Amino acid sequence: MFDKLAYYFSFPLVRYALIVGLLVALCSSLLGVTLVLKRFSFIGDGLSHVAFGAMSVATVVDVSVKQAASGDNAFARWITDVIEKTNSMVIVLPVTLIAAILLLRTGQNTKIKGDSALAMISVGSLAIGYMLVNVFSASANVSGDVCSTLFGSTSILTLSISDVWLSVGLAVVVIAIFLIFYKQIFAVTFDESFAQATGVRANSYNLLIAVVTSLIVVLAMNLVGSLLISALIIFPALSAMRIFKSFKSVIICSAVVSVVCAGSGLIASILFSTPVGSTIVTADMIAFFLFSITAKILRRE
Amino acid sequence: MSEQLICKNVTLGYEGRAVTEGLHFTVSSGDYLCILGENGSGKSTLVKALLGLITPMEGEIVRGEDIAGGVGYLPQQTVVQRDFPASVREIVRSGCLKRSGLRPFYNKQEKALADENMERLGISHLANRCYRELSGGQQQRVLLARALCATSKILLLDEPVTGLDPRAQTELYELIGELNRGGVTMIMVSHDVSAIKYATHILHIGSKEQLFFGTREDYLSSRIGKSFVITESGEGAVPASDTDTDEKRGEGNV
Repeated sequence: MFDKLAYYFSFPLVRYALIVGLLVALCSSLLGVTLVLKRFSFIGDGLSHVAFGAMSVATVVDVSVKQAASGDNAFARWITDVIEKTNSMVIVLPVTLIAAILLLRTGQNTKIKGDSALAMISVGSLAIGYMLVNVFSASANVSGDVCSTLFGSTSILTLSISDVWLSVGLAVVVIAIFLIFYKQIFAVTFDESFAQATGVRANSYNLLIAVVTSLIVVLAMNLVGSLLISALIIFPALSAMRIFKSFKSVIICSAVVSVVCAGSGLIASILFSTPVGSTIVTADMIAFFLFSITAKILRRE
Repeated sequence: MSEQLICKNVTLGYEGRAVTEGLHFTVSSGDYLCILGENGSGKSTLVKALLGLITPMEGEIVRGEDIAGGVGYLPQQTVVQRDFPASVREIVRSGCLKRSGLRPFYNKQEKALADENMERLGISHLANRCYRELSGGQQQRVLLARALCATSKILLLDEPVTGLDPRAQTELYELIGELNRGGVTMIMVSHDVSAIKYATHILHIGSKEQLFFGTREDYLSSRIGKSFVITESGEGAVPASDTDTDEKRGEGNV
């Protein structure tokens, strides 16, 4: 078994996958606690569908620009270059950011309530994304493409070194924001009206949380695919909340749980050649049940 | 006594529609103002305006210099808080947020201030306990300590005794009274008659207009005051003399 692992880890692609996987797991668990407590558990899911839609748009733009210019237009070549080099990030990241901000704004607007706005945006962009991919298909295997975008079946094993650096950069930004604004995030999560009353601009911090969330969603799409991002955000936080009782310990515990599950899930998926995303989520679920049982036993004593 | 808050003919409302009109009252330092009113009379709108979260449609709210740094606020409990994993210490410290500005984490003085306020409200022994496991009365004490970390000049309490059992209610009222005697100005929003007993001033707002503002003694001998006390407490006739009323409130109101 260890020989097999050592053999796989001699490939740089597998090492990249592990680095990106652990970083994504760490970031998503940090924000996960806040999102779960603010009743925004599904924002990860909604945003990931938006990101999926944006990714389809990027693919379509790429393909149709290529076809229209047939390769001899410098501007067209530049556009397709940028899209391909950044793995569609140039389009996906801003679109997801805008969606996150819109969702947050409708949360305060009473005309469409937060959860239905979320459902609307998420289902809508999923539908548009799938339609675009179908109509302007770049490859023969449409359902295979969709499946791997949604469930991230192999994409983590196709990361390039620039993807790794991008992930490292995003992870550093997320962790830095989280540490610097830790007390504001706590205050805004626990009691928005009090924070506002004492003159803290709670809305700006809500915006910050939305921005960081969309960064994480885009980052995590490479790892588990867009459908399973919610799991990465929710499970570690819920597991930690079973047992720990202060905000700080919940956050530390959920970060540890998330990193351990991502690591072991990745290794298991290599050993048993299972899909990466679902294996990590399964590991998260096992951790959740272990924590639940432990909490029950602790309470009985 | 210096004036901390002056409301000058204030009209409040949303999107051009007035909720309450003609609010005119003054809060001086050391006062204990009780704001009464039925549901829908615009109490919560007034709270938002006093906190500076909405601006009045007409008139103005003048804040004294000593409360320019903000008002301590005890909000009503939200659903989120009921299962929130946080220790008492973390919550009390979060009251220092404004004080510490953009600097990451809290420094020694702020932590000391939080400890001091926990001591003041008798919850030091709960510091490491989880907020969601505390009783309702203890939770309110935690939130009071947090509000005191924000400012010790003026506190705004929004229905502080809602959901507490009668004994915890009385204890909380006593505690608030004690803080007030210690120099903290109190503004309490309530629809509970027993709140009147502790106040020095009463502001009664009805739908769309201000019904009464003045001292408690004047209120209890006014027509509106008498009728409010009778209908709300549901005990036949209530003597106008106010020491009598106090005793009746203390025992009878549950």
